[in-house]
Amino acid sequence: MNEITITHILFVSTALFFIGMYGLFTRRNMITMLMAVELILNSVNINFVAFNKYQYPGKLDGVFFTIFLITIAAAEAAVAIAIIINLYRSHNSIDVEDASELKY
Amino acid sequence: MRTDFLILMKQELVIIAIIFVLLFIKVGSKEWKNENILNLVNLLLLFNFVAGFFWNEDGILFNEMFKTNKLIVTEKSILSLGTYIISLQSYSWLKNHKHVIEFYMLLLSTLVGMFFMISAGNLLMFYLGLELSTIPLAALANFDLEKRKSSEAAFKLIISSAFSSGLLLFGISLMYGTTGTLIFSELSQHLDGNPLQIFAFILLIAGFSFKISVVPFHLWTADVYEGAPVSVTSYLSVISKGAVLFVFVSVLYTVFKPLAVTWYNILFVLSVLTMITGNLFAIRQNNLKRFLAFSSIAQVGFILIGISGASQTGTASVIYFVLIYIFSNLGAFGVIGLVSAVTGKENIEDYKGFYKTNPLLSWVLAISLFSLAGIPPTAGFFGKFFLLMAGAGQGNYILITIAALNMIVSLYYYLKVVKAIFMDENESPIEKLAIPASPKLALFICIAGIVLTGLMSYVYEYIYSLTSSF
Repeated sequence: MNEITITHILFVSTALFFIGMYGLFTRRNMITMLMAVELILNSVNINFVAFNKYQYPGKLDGVFFTIFLITIAAAEAAVAIAIIINLYRSHNSIDVEDASELKY
Repeated sequence: MRTDFLILMKQELVIIAIIFVLLFIKVGSKEWKNENILNLVNLLLLFNFVAGFFWNEDGILFNEMFKTNKLIVTEKSILSLGTYIISLQSYSWLKNHKHVIEFYMLLLSTLVGMFFMISAGNLLMFYLGLELSTIPLAALANFDLEKRKSSEAAFKLIISSAFSSGLLLFGISLMYGTTGTLIFSELSQHLDGNPLQIFAFILLIAGFSFKISVVPFHLWTADVYEGAPVSVTSYLSVISKGAVLFVFVSVLYTVFKPLAVTWYNILFVLSVLTMITGNLFAIRQNNLKRFLAFSSIAQVGFILIGISGASQTGTASVIYFVLIYIFSNLGAFGVIGLVSAVTGKENIEDYKGFYKTNPLLSWVLAISLFSLAGIPPTAGFFGKFFLLMAGAGQGNYILITIAALNMIVSLYYYLKVVKAIFMDENESPIEKLAIPASPKLALFICIAGIVLTGLMSYVYEYIYSLTSSF
């Protein structure tokens, strides 16, 4: 009864995924949008580790995937923040509503 | 120690060697002139393209993480050729740029990423290749550092590609949960079509669709294409899209074969939406880069029809079409890039009376647009013909009819540009442009490719013969 099953963990990770998606669509600050994307990636990490532990404890595929994912997420954030800094220099703002020259 | 990986990974190793040569030039004390660097890189890229034709062997490395065969080598050679043409075309833009070496280092890392992605036999390797080919591209889109539009485009590219890889990864993680493996060959044996797998599969398709800009996921395309520098735009529209298409075909046909009915229905809906939306939005564009962005969305719709064929013709026609698409789109982008580098003009109105001052460039642009529209003597006609033929193999004639009607619509907007160039009067047309040697060579290759790949049936037959073993 008190045991934590894989369903609980999947519920958390799926909730995290959709919270991240909601944040990405509603937030207007570029850094916050980036944080929302990180939430999505972390929900995937939880998924991988949980599946690996509960379903396939003999293999390590899921854990390795998680390690690579964390590294790539860091690289992605680095490039994204560099772009945001460059954008701030020309727009003097990191609000996405101000970066709206390209339309339709 | 086994040494056959040197042969099997030759194209990747050559590109990595080029990156290191550039790195040594960068950190070295000797000052290099931009012209010399550009000529050196072009020579090395030509060498890389030629290297694809020798010592071809089939093989599997690193526990099925990396596989290669003649078809994969041909796909990589097509991408190498495209990169070589783009490198030649960016000569006039990069000649006066401060960061030439960085540009090539980023560009070639994305190419390595695409090569690994095409060769991947494992979902982890596939994902790593995909990220290596998208993250540096966002930095490249920002390469006009002081332009406002450029940074806006780069931000849109990185956020949408991060979101799309998030979707893709969620799909991969659920796929791993239901099958317990990441290796392609084992994955296909474990697919039984339970609801969770279908959900994961749809997320995977969504991730792919972002990268090749299929309609519900196309919103970033036009903005990024307009804001990014012309060379980067042409790279995005042909090379990165082509690489993902190659993988998409092989993944659907081999790994997800048990779900064929599911993905046929998905592709049917997506291709109809993509063709119609791409065509209708292309009609109302003024900026040529935006115009080509929507036209490229429409072209992807046609490619999806070819993929939905699910046969040997399907694979062959998609690869053949990507080859032709590289020639025709790069021909168009080459002219636009030359004009944009000298005058900064990118609107269709600016091109009125272009024929009076630049007859040669006008013909190149016109032939490329004819090829994109699919008018018979050019290769574009045969490309589209084979795609529709592959799609018709499924017996779904509604789809083929919609495609044929869309081709007529597309003819309208391509000819609108041709009309502006040849027929419309203009008091102050674009002045006569001097074309440097390397862009001239690039345009010549494009035109030769458009005319010859259409006339020589050998090219298609060769690709078709390669796909039989696959």
